[in-house]
Amino acid sequence: MATLEIRDLHVTVEADNATKEILKGVDLTVKQGETHAIMGPNGSGKSTLAYSLAGHPKYTITGGTVTLDGEDVLEMSVDERARAGLFLAMQYPVEVPGVSVSNFLRTSATAVRGEAPKLRTWVKEVKEAMERLNMDPAFAERNVNEGFSGGEKKRHEILQLELLKPKVAILDETDSGLDVDALRVVSEGVNRVRETGEVGTLLITHYTRILRYIKPDHVHVFSAGRIVESGGAELADKLEEEGYEAYTKGGVSA
Amino acid sequence: MAEAQNIPVGSTTAGAIAVAAEADSTVATRMSAPPSFDVADFPVPHGREEEWRFTPLERLRGLHDGTATATGEGVKVAVEAPEGVTVETVGRDDARLGRAGTPVDRVAAQAYSAFQQASVVTVPKETVLTEPIRIAVHGEGGVAYGHQVVELGAFAEAVVVIDHTGDAVLAANVDFVLGDGAKLTVVSVQDWDDKAVHVGQHNALVGRDASFKSVVVTFGGDLVRLHPRVTYAGPGGEAELYGLYFTDAGQHQEHRLLVDHNVPHCKSNVAYKGALQGDDAHAVWIGDVLIEAKAEGTDTYEMNRNLVLTDGARVDSVPNLEIETGEIVGAGHASATGRFDDEQLFYLMARGIPEIDARRLVVRGFFAELVQQIGVPDIEERLIAKIEEELEASVA
Repeated sequence: MATLEIRDLHVTVEADNATKEILKGVDLTVKQGETHAIMGPNGSGKSTLAYSLAGHPKYTITGGTVTLDGEDVLEMSVDERARAGLFLAMQYPVEVPGVSVSNFLRTSATAVRGEAPKLRTWVKEVKEAMERLNMDPAFAERNVNEGFSGGEKKRHEILQLELLKPKVAILDETDSGLDVDALRVVSEGVNRVRETGEVGTLLITHYTRILRYIKPDHVHVFSAGRIVESGGAELADKLEEEGYEAYTKGGVSA
Repeated sequence: MAEAQNIPVGSTTAGAIAVAAEADSTVATRMSAPPSFDVADFPVPHGREEEWRFTPLERLRGLHDGTATATGEGVKVAVEAPEGVTVETVGRDDARLGRAGTPVDRVAAQAYSAFQQASVVTVPKETVLTEPIRIAVHGEGGVAYGHQVVELGAFAEAVVVIDHTGDAVLAANVDFVLGDGAKLTVVSVQDWDDKAVHVGQHNALVGRDASFKSVVVTFGGDLVRLHPRVTYAGPGGEAELYGLYFTDAGQHQEHRLLVDHNVPHCKSNVAYKGALQGDDAHAVWIGDVLIEAKAEGTDTYEMNRNLVLTDGARVDSVPNLEIETGEIVGAGHASATGRFDDEQLFYLMARGIPEIDARRLVVRGFFAELVQQIGVPDIEERLIAKIEEELEASVA
């Protein structure tokens, strides 16, 4: 069973000619089949955690370990991490002009699966996955993320999640900027992948809204670069009522 | 513009839109001498003139100062044309030469003053070709001056591929004369060996309701400097000028365009894209569009984009739009030079795609819209293969 283990992770970024520590000792274990929600106020370091796990060059790991099934993730390049089974659904997916969605998806699937998918089954696979996400078939001929609406970008991220079948999926604020209908469609996509029991999900969000559609097994509160409280789904209800105030105050005094 | 961020050190991207009250065009007057067929009418450039300031004169191998003397085996020109097309070799006094435009700088005038024989390719009126005319210009290591004319009669349609390979020091002009309603696509490929020097002026005279499409593809050479220029012989004409260049370490590739909207109700669209990599790779793009006072109903747009793949490369990109009448449909320009976008690379790699493949996707994507404009499958394939080859070299 695939397990992502994060131990005492410290991460810095360079900003305004100064080195700033954003993650200050994160400990977290995500097992295949589990869903963990990471919730926290803006600026608490949630997205830094997501991008650090994916290997974004902007972030420097200064301490701690990350392993996937015992393999050292931090030693891997960005593409190696993806091929090892990590997937990051991005909050702000990047436009790639001149590269069609269909070309991108196939190139990506070929890389992750280690061989080119058979054309006939692949076309069907993509078509069906797009239908489930209410995506127009014409979408496949558009350039990656170019001119996509916020909802289209997120659907496209979840389409990739469905096609690439990672061991661990990190969803970075996938709910942000979505209206209720889009949120439902996207959440259903995530749930289809979760129901396979094959994926561990790390759901990073500012709001509790998405947790009405995607039920987490564990909820962690993130503040000032660390997990400050962990609990079950009931913790989300508490946050819904009380907000993050208690944690941010604690963060300042600590 | 989304791509306009991140201009690398050592690059300029300036632009100007001038609205002239008088008929005095600065596009014309900032040249150091008026157009002429006679090289003697141009002083030898010293390098500070507006039209020469980006060009390393010492690498022109004497094309600019009269010291480059034609050698016997300079270049070989072979024309392959489908049935119905006339291909002639003519002398200097042939009346069909020089009708599409007059040399605007000393090297173009030098070429016009020095060539011994010209080639004239004629597509008779209403002849619609299904296969391209191919003009192979192969450098044999010498110095050469040349002149090529391609003329389409009224309502004729043709695709012409001019393919430059080998090694040469070449100054040659090309005239394209389009009859009324004619449609001409020209693909000029500069796939020279590393040492070649190639300077030329491509003049198109676009007839009434005619369509001219030029695709300039520059990969090779030590120094390539081309002037694609368009004027109109009657209203309703359309010109599309596309260009792709891949400038490597040490190469100087310069494209200086002019579209002269000298009659009413014509269209033009200019789109040039270049990728640069390596030390002292230098690309220059000058895009001049002039809308004369009488050219009411003009619709024009010009764009230049540069993708800088490594440090040490330099781009100078200067669009100029000069408007002498307000009675137009549209006029605009854009220029942007950016570094390779690391966020695009991260996005693709985060989907398992190895770095080399990700770079290839991005650069192919950058050129894709222009490659699609070529419309000659074997040239498109060769171009894509060439881009891959250049990228392999950059990774190795």
